[in-house]
Amino acid sequence: MVKITIKDLTFSYASNKILDNLNVVIDSSEILSLVGPNGSGKTTLIKCMDRILRPKGSILLDARKLEDMSGVEIARVFGYVPQSSSTPLNTTVFDTVLMGRRPHISWRVSDADLDKVAETLELLHLEKFSMRDFSQLSGGQKQKVLIARALCQEPEVLLLDEPTSNLDMKHQLDVMETISSLVKEKGISAVMAIHDLNLASRFSDKLAMLMGGKVYAVGSPNALITESNIGYVYGIEAQVMNDLDKPYVVPIRSMSASTVCS
Amino acid sequence: MTPEISNRNVKSDLSIEYQKFIGRKIFFLISLILGIILLGGYAATQGSAELSVLNVYSTIGAKFFPGAFETNWFSEQIVWGLRLHRIFMAIVGGIGLAIAGAVMQGILKNPLASPFTLGISSAAGFGASLAMIMGAGFVGGEYLIIGNAFIFTFFASLAVLGLAKYKGITSETLILAGIAVSYIFSAMTSFLQYLGDADQVQGVVFWMMGSLGRSSWDKAAIVAGIILLCFPYLLLRSWDINAMGTGDETAKSLGVNVERTRVLCMMLVSVIVASIVCFTGTIGFIGLVSPHITRMVIGGDNRFLLPASALVGALLLLGADTVARTILAPVILPVGIMTSFIGVPFFIYLFLRKKKELF
Repeated sequence: MVKITIKDLTFSYASNKILDNLNVVIDSSEILSLVGPNGSGKTTLIKCMDRILRPKGSILLDARKLEDMSGVEIARVFGYVPQSSSTPLNTTVFDTVLMGRRPHISWRVSDADLDKVAETLELLHLEKFSMRDFSQLSGGQKQKVLIARALCQEPEVLLLDEPTSNLDMKHQLDVMETISSLVKEKGISAVMAIHDLNLASRFSDKLAMLMGGKVYAVGSPNALITESNIGYVYGIEAQVMNDLDKPYVVPIRSMSASTVCS
Repeated sequence: MTPEISNRNVKSDLSIEYQKFIGRKIFFLISLILGIILLGGYAATQGSAELSVLNVYSTIGAKFFPGAFETNWFSEQIVWGLRLHRIFMAIVGGIGLAIAGAVMQGILKNPLASPFTLGISSAAGFGASLAMIMGAGFVGGEYLIIGNAFIFTFFASLAVLGLAKYKGITSETLILAGIAVSYIFSAMTSFLQYLGDADQVQGVVFWMMGSLGRSSWDKAAIVAGIILLCFPYLLLRSWDINAMGTGDETAKSLGVNVERTRVLCMMLVSVIVASIVCFTGTIGFIGLVSPHITRMVIGGDNRFLLPASALVGALLLLGADTVARTILAPVILPVGIMTSFIGVPFFIYLFLRKKKELF
């Protein structure tokens, strides 16, 4: 497992600072969820880690600086799963997943590459869709295809940007269970930006709570999901219950709203 | 059966199914090549001097294998001297325009992109107008119009890249810059036409309709040479173009240097299209529709889409030119008029009958 050390990471869109001297270390095979309110920098951090965005500061993979690595080298470490993705017109699921082999092939596709794609499709129970057009799949199926594409990169770390957004509850659980079992089976780690605190709590080994472009706290869901933390970071009044040994958040009211009412 | 054996079978089945899928694409490519050979042979029979298909192929064969095929001086003059270079130009022109269209649609992630999205046709039209109306240009003599058209198309591409670079090279900035450059050159062409006399304006209008009537072996060889130089790089980048079709972020995450690939592909496309347009005038439609027709048949994988679009483009342009030469014979219509008449019904047919599954 590669150790990721993020030091003094700063990123701005024009004058709008999104990440502000952010520091965090990720060093074990686990699911780390980045949680926090809108604009706290979750998605930006994921994109900086995959060098889609070019931040100031440093990201070290063990001892190597990310900025010194080529795009292909980075693609062999990080498999990125975007929030949603289109494909070129008339592209099959098999071709979409095969694209994940791009960091490993120059032009010719070997039998081993095809077998890798087939194995991944089978692992995610997508084999019956393999020759279907990607655009014809449901939201949940598409998300699993995007995960399959990232897995085909044979990464050490999956980076997922809001993997459950726009999905119904069944597909949210389906996708999260898939990620959870992949991390265990493949011995890889996953870092995901996620809005849903309850899903994050249920499926993550660790949370990093972001606020104003900085890491507010890192820890287990039990340690981090408290009424006071949620009140401070999200500005809401919430009740935290414990269910299935994991904290469960019931939002009550926005603090600004309660202030106005009082 | 153990679970492992079961898994192995699933993997093999999927791989085999995919390889069959690829096999059907290769079959399509071979069919297109045969179609071009047959249509080329038929096209060479069409004209005021009557020649049979057999006569045409014998004359072609006799050139490469003297003694093995029978021919005569008359057939040789007609086939090699008059008709074949035009057919060859139609093939290489169609190939070049279709490759350019497929690449542009891929790297700009826009199904409406075509070789002329970068303002190339307007720039070529302006270059030709400048030569025909003002007699001004960079190269003198018989290459005045050709030279102007080539150089201005290249200028247009550089201007588009320069403008886009200022804001960051994305598909949106390139398309917007292309529209701006296109309108500037169109306005300048209109201004020149306003200054020109009736004959000069007619000349410009005919040039801009696009015609293969000005082709020669030399010109066709130049176009073929440029395509041969540029196409291997574009084909090598087909994985990157596939990735860019999923969006810049995903392409970057797969290790693609998106900006460099986009700029290099655009430069090569510009050179290919400039080399065709300067000899033939602006022939629209082929670059826009050939990739769509091909995509509907074999899907969007650029490893196969690029060569297959090229061959579909060759078939379309050759077919359009053959009809343009024969439909009102002895009057020869500009091929630019016929490309849409020939291609659109076929395109609509495919569009309407297209099933959801590929193949």
